[in-house]
Amino acid sequence: MSVAFEIQLIAVITAVACAIPGTFLVLRRMSMMSDAISHTVLLGIVLGFFVIGDLESPFLIFSAALMGLLTVFLTEAIYGTRLVKEDAAIGIVFPALFSIAVILISRFAGNVHLDTDAVLLGELALAPLDRLNFLGLDLPRGLVIMGTILLVNVVLTGVFYKELKLATFDRALAAALGFAPAALHYGLMAVVSITAVGAFDAVGSILVVALMIAPPAAALLLTNRLDRMLVLAGLIAAISAVLGYWFARVLDANIAGSMATMTGIVFITIMLLAPEKGILSLIRRKQKQRWDFAQAMLTIHLLNHEGTEAAENENRVDHLWEHLRWQPNFAEEVVRYAERKGVVRRRQGRLFLTDNGRDLAKQAMTH
Amino acid sequence: MDFLQLLFTDYTVRTVALGAAVLGMASGSLGTFAMLRRQSLLGDAMSHAALPGVILAFMLTGSKSPLVLVIGAAIAGVIGTLFMLAITRYTKIKEDSALGIVLSVFFGFGLVLLTFLQRNPDARQAGLNTFLFGQAATMLVRDIVTMVVLGGIALVILILYWKEFKLLSFDRDFGASLGYPMTYLDILLTSLLVIAIVIGLQAVGVVLMSAMIVAPAAAARQWTNRLGLMTGMSAVFGAIAGVSGSLISSLQSGFSTGPVVVLVISGIVIFSLLFAGNRGIIWSWIRQQRRRRILRLETVLSNMFKLAEQHEDLTHPHSRLVLRAMDHGRGGVEASLKALEEQGWVKRIEGDQWSLTPAGIEEARQFARQS
Repeated sequence: MSVAFEIQLIAVITAVACAIPGTFLVLRRMSMMSDAISHTVLLGIVLGFFVIGDLESPFLIFSAALMGLLTVFLTEAIYGTRLVKEDAAIGIVFPALFSIAVILISRFAGNVHLDTDAVLLGELALAPLDRLNFLGLDLPRGLVIMGTILLVNVVLTGVFYKELKLATFDRALAAALGFAPAALHYGLMAVVSITAVGAFDAVGSILVVALMIAPPAAALLLTNRLDRMLVLAGLIAAISAVLGYWFARVLDANIAGSMATMTGIVFITIMLLAPEKGILSLIRRKQKQRWDFAQAMLTIHLLNHEGTEAAENENRVDHLWEHLRWQPNFAEEVVRYAERKGVVRRRQGRLFLTDNGRDLAKQAMTH
Repeated sequence: MDFLQLLFTDYTVRTVALGAAVLGMASGSLGTFAMLRRQSLLGDAMSHAALPGVILAFMLTGSKSPLVLVIGAAIAGVIGTLFMLAITRYTKIKEDSALGIVLSVFFGFGLVLLTFLQRNPDARQAGLNTFLFGQAATMLVRDIVTMVVLGGIALVILILYWKEFKLLSFDRDFGASLGYPMTYLDILLTSLLVIAIVIGLQAVGVVLMSAMIVAPAAAARQWTNRLGLMTGMSAVFGAIAGVSGSLISSLQSGFSTGPVVVLVISGIVIFSLLFAGNRGIIWSWIRQQRRRRILRLETVLSNMFKLAEQHEDLTHPHSRLVLRAMDHGRGGVEASLKALEEQGWVKRIEGDQWSLTPAGIEEARQFARQS
């Protein structure tokens, strides 16, 4: 495998592994918890490192995950006292834990491979240099770790799909049916923590947030079904990762940052262009509603005067503005719109309803 | 004590402390409004979003003048905020996700720019790194002048529009019905928040600046219900954290300012949560214990009265074990009896036999009448 391919593979696997728990965070409105956890796992790593003395030890993943759970627990405990609001509780807990970690690193661990810049930025470009022998294959360490985490995430989501779905959309029902939403909640948080730790090495703490939140949020704009959302989030994450790699290569800049930028660009694109929930289709729908409404008004007006003596006067294009309070050129446009739709016909400046137009007017009045 | 001595003798230290104090006051007082308006995490998003602004400002102008960088940061922060509002307004994506996206994508873009700059050898860009975690010691006098001037302006505007901002935070609709331009006031207050954040970036760093918005306000909230007092306390807490953090990090090598400031303010938050006047966790726990004890005493006393009423003589003694059984076997009956004895309402006859005293009978009657 070439180095470029390895880096892209790690990037894609990391992005997809993040998108899976991220989907549930977005749906459960806990996105900012990923921000908190991705910061505090650092403290778990530092403390674990002080105990074990080895940065390669798999034990560090567990100490980091424990710290992630502790973050969730502390946030909920502070919020539980009702002394501060939930968002403030998050904003208090994680900066404090993260600060402890940064100070511990700069004071006591300055000489090990754990510097704060790497924590924030991640250095994906160096990932292929750190290799290990896995099942007889010579693979980058990051690839093995993230591959395992991705596998675990996929399997766990598959096994607990029904429970997660229920607890996400109807927590009360899940509790009533005995699904222990609290256990699921902490389970999900543990998965988020472990994924954050794994992704940490590759992309740094803040960009974990981009990978966890932006692709699922974009996917949410494309579908209303959980299973499709999961698949789409994974796809979007993978596409962003590859785009990010090439963008970084062109600029010779940080890959993780550029992946995050790409998740943003993909998100904006989808936000604008999504078929039903996109902003452009929203605008188009509003426009259409405006014309349809004006057309309905026109047909009702015509129907009202149809066959009466006043029709001679009322149903003329150049009189519409008087009766419907329309600007002359708006009236002209509405008439053209209605003509195109086959609702009215124009003869010598007078307007006549077609059969379709009559039906439309009646329908509009009865609704 | 060395710190204090230096504070009064060393010019640099004094300047840094002054800057940190103004920064703490601005972010503390504006943070109060952010917290009351449930925008605590908006500060987090804004400060991260400011990073690309700082770097773009440097790339475009080639200047590291603090005013240029702060303006760049502010523009990026505002764009980030608008972007977030657009997401929540035009799509069904909720605020938390919008915050997360803006925060991480803008920050990621900032990192791209930063690393792009770093790979082009240019000596002048050194120092932009301090925007990540903050380094008060690297601040120059002109940086601090910018901080003090902008922070001062923000504070003055806050005081001038105090009444309007209060109205905005507590009853926006009422304010609108009185004819105040609530949308403009909202923009003004949010802009002030942006100013408070961006002037802190160099000292505290983008990563932890949000804590300077949330934490002082959360601590002050515990001590008072009055907005004026709360804002004042929050400003003082912010200033204490800013000054002590910047001093410690300036004088000890190896400490970035941001983390130290955050730890100091977190300490203040913990202290406030535990010990603050009415709301503090410790006090409410003590109150709860006291209420429980009184409730237990009353239960035992009324149980004794119920037993005594079955006899001619109301001072007829009864065994503790009976009382305990009446209390559903819950413990603490012995302790309650002793406490009642101290009050002179019961007395021990012999062994485990207890009887009511005349004063105790009176008390129990009164209690029975009340309940």
